[in-house]
Amino acid sequence: MATVAEGRRTPDLDARTGLEKLATFPYAILTWVDDQGYPVSVAVDAAVDAGAGTVGFAAPAGLRIPLDRDVSLTGTHIRPQPGFGYDERRHVTVWGRASASDGRLTVRGERAWGWDEAEVPFFEYSERSIGQSRKYFDALSRERGTPVKPRLGFGPLVLRTTRLPFLSATVVPVLLGIAIAASDGAFDLVSAILTVIGACFVQLAINVSNDVFDTAQGADDMNVTPTKFSGGSRVIQYGLVSFRGMAALATALYLAGAAIGLVLLALRGSPALLVIGVVGFVIGLGYTAPPLRLVYRGLGEVAVALGFGPLMLLGAYVVQTQGALSWEPFVASIPVALLVALILYVNEIPDRRGDARAGKRTLPVRFSRAAVIFGYRAAVVAAYAVVVVGVLLGILPIPALLVLLTIPLALRVGRGLEPNYDNPYGLMAVMGVNIQLHLFVGLALLAAYAIVLLLAAVAPSVPLFVGR
Amino acid sequence: MATLPEPVERLLEAALVGELTVIDGRGRPVTYPLIPLYDGEKIYLTSSTLFSRKLEHIKGNPKVSISVTDPIAVGGRTDRATIQGDARVIEEDPHGGWERLLPIWSKKEPAIVWFLKQRVALPLFFERSLIEVTPRRALYWVDGSAAKAPVVTDVRKEAA
Repeated sequence: MATVAEGRRTPDLDARTGLEKLATFPYAILTWVDDQGYPVSVAVDAAVDAGAGTVGFAAPAGLRIPLDRDVSLTGTHIRPQPGFGYDERRHVTVWGRASASDGRLTVRGERAWGWDEAEVPFFEYSERSIGQSRKYFDALSRERGTPVKPRLGFGPLVLRTTRLPFLSATVVPVLLGIAIAASDGAFDLVSAILTVIGACFVQLAINVSNDVFDTAQGADDMNVTPTKFSGGSRVIQYGLVSFRGMAALATALYLAGAAIGLVLLALRGSPALLVIGVVGFVIGLGYTAPPLRLVYRGLGEVAVALGFGPLMLLGAYVVQTQGALSWEPFVASIPVALLVALILYVNEIPDRRGDARAGKRTLPVRFSRAAVIFGYRAAVVAAYAVVVVGVLLGILPIPALLVLLTIPLALRVGRGLEPNYDNPYGLMAVMGVNIQLHLFVGLALLAAYAIVLLLAAVAPSVPLFVGR
Repeated sequence: MATLPEPVERLLEAALVGELTVIDGRGRPVTYPLIPLYDGEKIYLTSSTLFSRKLEHIKGNPKVSISVTDPIAVGGRTDRATIQGDARVIEEDPHGGWERLLPIWSKKEPAIVWFLKQRVALPLFFERSLIEVTPRRALYWVDGSAAKAPVVTDVRKEAA
């Protein structure tokens, strides 16, 4: 089946394109089916005339080339990489009928197919082919009379299904909220542990339910350039977990998160915690789920910023303070919120074509390349500016300036966006650094509060806030 | 038991990539570049379920050929060969059955061992079936040129 998107065609090609590609190979492999019914291949020096739609070559000695059936001409290339394998894979095949004249044969190209990994990267080619894998397993299941499915070991499957490594987005703000509360003299170990566990359940539930709703609305199926940081877990698309299984898992994770939330309400309850919990649940589920579908309306970044910034951080804070609020945790949550939203923002860049087809109006779908890159840089500058201004105003502790040590990471992401904007797999490294940026800024803020707590214990006279 | 002419065996062993040709439902040849793995008697290839159309073709018509034509893929050798044979798809265990070929596969493509450790990144690529080819006939071009007729060996007669 022809698969065409964004000017990339693979594997079917029109004959002229196939001939043009064939002309780039140093020789062609002429193949036909012999009278015994077996294919025969022989390398020939081919003269391609793409304009005329033909390939000419000397008739191979000692072999009878049939003129009454299709023959094919194939070009193939690899670059060996000793000790590794090979790369630069490309191949093309053109089919047509041969005619003979004066010891030469001419094949008129009628159709073609091929793949060039420089045009369609291997991962994209694989994603475009998952329908064929599904077809294979369906046929094998029918043949055996029992379902046969692709498999993955339990550990890797859990990792992939829940997107466990992304838990840093939750752990950072929650620990920061607990640390700020502790610096204000409020700390309860049991409720702190429950908060971390409950928040993690909620994030995992959101991850899984997003896959369910994105699949239901077609976004994950239409995305042929997912990366390990974007495009969802794809376990439903790969046939590793059923749609129902994912829905049941999301429900179970939400219930586990809600149960811990109720325990926290019972232990450390306050109206503020109840409001934060309800708003967090609505935003988390409504991120992809109807009727809100926040991410489809271009509100995904705002939802993520709110959810994994102020709501997580203030939620953890009020559990410890049993409802008391202050400006300090709110200001501290702003850089975390901006940077976590930027994780989503950058991850949406490679997804933008699939998202656009699914009607998902993310910021990279709505805005130009230049605007998206400018937006990233402006938001990062704002994140650092909030910390500096917060310190100067005496809201955040002076050690919070440790976050400035992460500026080189921000510069790497800012510089990496432009050259890799249209290269999802080149962008993967940039996305990785962007995730590190959020993590290290969070760790720097945590370190700042660890210093505050330590100095408060051993040297209480040391000033830690400007003007205090 | 070795059944192919010795130079053809050497070519198969050296080939980083060869060309598997199968016959589609309309009787037309379809060629796929693949790594040929030779155990001294049969030629094995593997196919991910992602790219499994070739397996459908083989199930419809087991007559196939494997050619080795690219001097770059055989360390600069200029001889060429085509082996015709009968193929069988082995798919009892697409998840792990093919891994028995890892020792000879990794000799040609060492990176496959590392890739397999990253299975979580591309699970369907490592759901694979084996293609086992029993050679029937070999065509061998000593200097690789089609201007000279190939040396043709009927493998079944040789084996007998």
